[in-house]
Amino acid sequence: MSIALDDVSFAAGDTLIVDGVSLQAERGKVLGLLGPNGSGKSSLLRLICRLRKIRSGVIRLGDDDLASIARAALARRIALVEQQAETDTQMTVREVVRLGRTPHRGFLTPWLPQDEAAVAQALARVDMQERADRLWQTLSGGERQRVHLARALAQEPDELLLDEPTNHLDIQHQLDILSLVSRLGITCIVALHDLNLAAMFCDRLAVLEGGRIVAAGTPEAVLTEDLLERVFGVRAHVEKSPVHGRCNIQYRMG
Amino acid sequence: MSLAFPARSPRWALVALAAVGLLLLALMVSLAVSIGEIAIPLATTAKAVANRLFAADFELSRIHQGIIWDYRLSRALVAASAGASLALCGAVLQALLRNPLAEPYVLGISAGASTGAVCVTILGFGYGVLSLSGGAFIGAAIAFLLVGILAAGVGGTSERVILCGVAGSQLFSALTSYIVTTSANAEQARGVLFWLLGSLSGVRWPDVYLSAPVALVGLVVCLAHVRALDAFAFGKDAAAALGISVRRVQVVLLGTTAAMTACVVSMVGSIGFVGLVVPHAARFLIGPGHARLLPVAALFGAIFMVAADIISRIIIPQQILPIGVVTALFGAPAFALILYRARRTA
Repeated sequence: MSIALDDVSFAAGDTLIVDGVSLQAERGKVLGLLGPNGSGKSSLLRLICRLRKIRSGVIRLGDDDLASIARAALARRIALVEQQAETDTQMTVREVVRLGRTPHRGFLTPWLPQDEAAVAQALARVDMQERADRLWQTLSGGERQRVHLARALAQEPDELLLDEPTNHLDIQHQLDILSLVSRLGITCIVALHDLNLAAMFCDRLAVLEGGRIVAAGTPEAVLTEDLLERVFGVRAHVEKSPVHGRCNIQYRMG
Repeated sequence: MSLAFPARSPRWALVALAAVGLLLLALMVSLAVSIGEIAIPLATTAKAVANRLFAADFELSRIHQGIIWDYRLSRALVAASAGASLALCGAVLQALLRNPLAEPYVLGISAGASTGAVCVTILGFGYGVLSLSGGAFIGAAIAFLLVGILAAGVGGTSERVILCGVAGSQLFSALTSYIVTTSANAEQARGVLFWLLGSLSGVRWPDVYLSAPVALVGLVVCLAHVRALDAFAFGKDAAAALGISVRRVQVVLLGTTAAMTACVVSMVGSIGFVGLVVPHAARFLIGPGHARLLPVAALFGAIFMVAADIISRIIIPQQILPIGVVTALFGAPAFALILYRARRTA
């Protein structure tokens, strides 16, 4: 297992937001996190990269307890793509991607060839080399999200967490980002809203409701008509898509 | 946007910029020593400095030697150190709080310093033990602690830290006004006003021995955190996800900037605009990377402050303007110009 959560809980003040979650992410596979708004998807991702402290339970990264790993060492293993992280700073695309090298650089270490190589490779992977000198403020939403992904890839992580990376993107960019993620070959945990995209690109799915896992498994096993009605409150018809072979959800009106 | 020195400009361009900056600073300091009610030729200044530093044996009048060494040179060096400190603090706080309006006084420090100063000079707190500077320093420290506790209590997002600073500033300004209006005579009120707007009169070598090391140590501490400051561009969570110990960096840098600002304010009063304008000007010239931005901002701040001091002494014959008036009079239009240019080229 790449990442394993065991009975993890998290509360903000007195409100329990993540409630006894146990979950495994397999090495090299894409795990999709689904659930209605406020079900705890974002919080769970933040717990896994230790931006928030868990109240109880254990998170393991490989064989190590997450709590025992130094912050910079952790950032060399896990990268996070936030939902729409913005800046007022006038930075170029390349400067943003270079930030990904931060955890790899010591206090006095100069910029090394391997840093340059990692940045170049990350830019190439998201197809942004030609726009590397563009200013952040001139980019479209889709481009910004790709730059964030490149910044995360420049960290050379073993695990990548993405919090609704396709939000506010047009359909072409949604497909671009997710097919890119699914081809990376590293462990990915992706919080998603679009159930069809989740079915298309994720190897496994976990569904959260009120901070608890209510279903986990392959997309075919998880995305049943019964679950969609119970958790998301929608009536739908689920069938195997003749186009891509994964399950496909068609919503019923009224 | 066409930056004059983009992030990947060749090394020689940056070295040239640094060299020009240092030369300009040396020139400004020389001018500051030469210009005044008694004009002193630059050559005489050079001789006086050589006499003191290298035990050279130039023939000089003792009055010239005294004016140069005991009054004007120390004053220019304090101005340079104070300008460098304020600009550095502004650059750091703007990155740390992710707010372009952040500046060294945003945490209520200058307001607290004034309250401390009037407590000593008007109410006579610590009579005979505390100087005005001592009172100002204690006031600044108390204000910073109060604002810090308040900000931690309400949950320290950057906007809230700034709001807490505004609230703290208002409170301490009101206290200062209360003390001045109820207890001060006209002469005291004038003295306090002068100090509130910034004043370099009365600084001597002991002030240099304090302000210059403070600026240098502050620069070193901040330079040690340039990667962290860069990583704050997309917020606290993004910085933490990049391996930055956010809490530790915040404590170290807020503490450092607060100490530097309190030190400056206690010596020369609250001089506005340098900490706000200079970092923006430096960023406009060389880009947002802090490894370059911080030294350049410090250098610009020093030059700007020495120049402002010269202007404050010569703009009205026989009279010295508060330096804060000059920094704002020249800083505000310059700031508007920078914003305008940045908007056009963005």
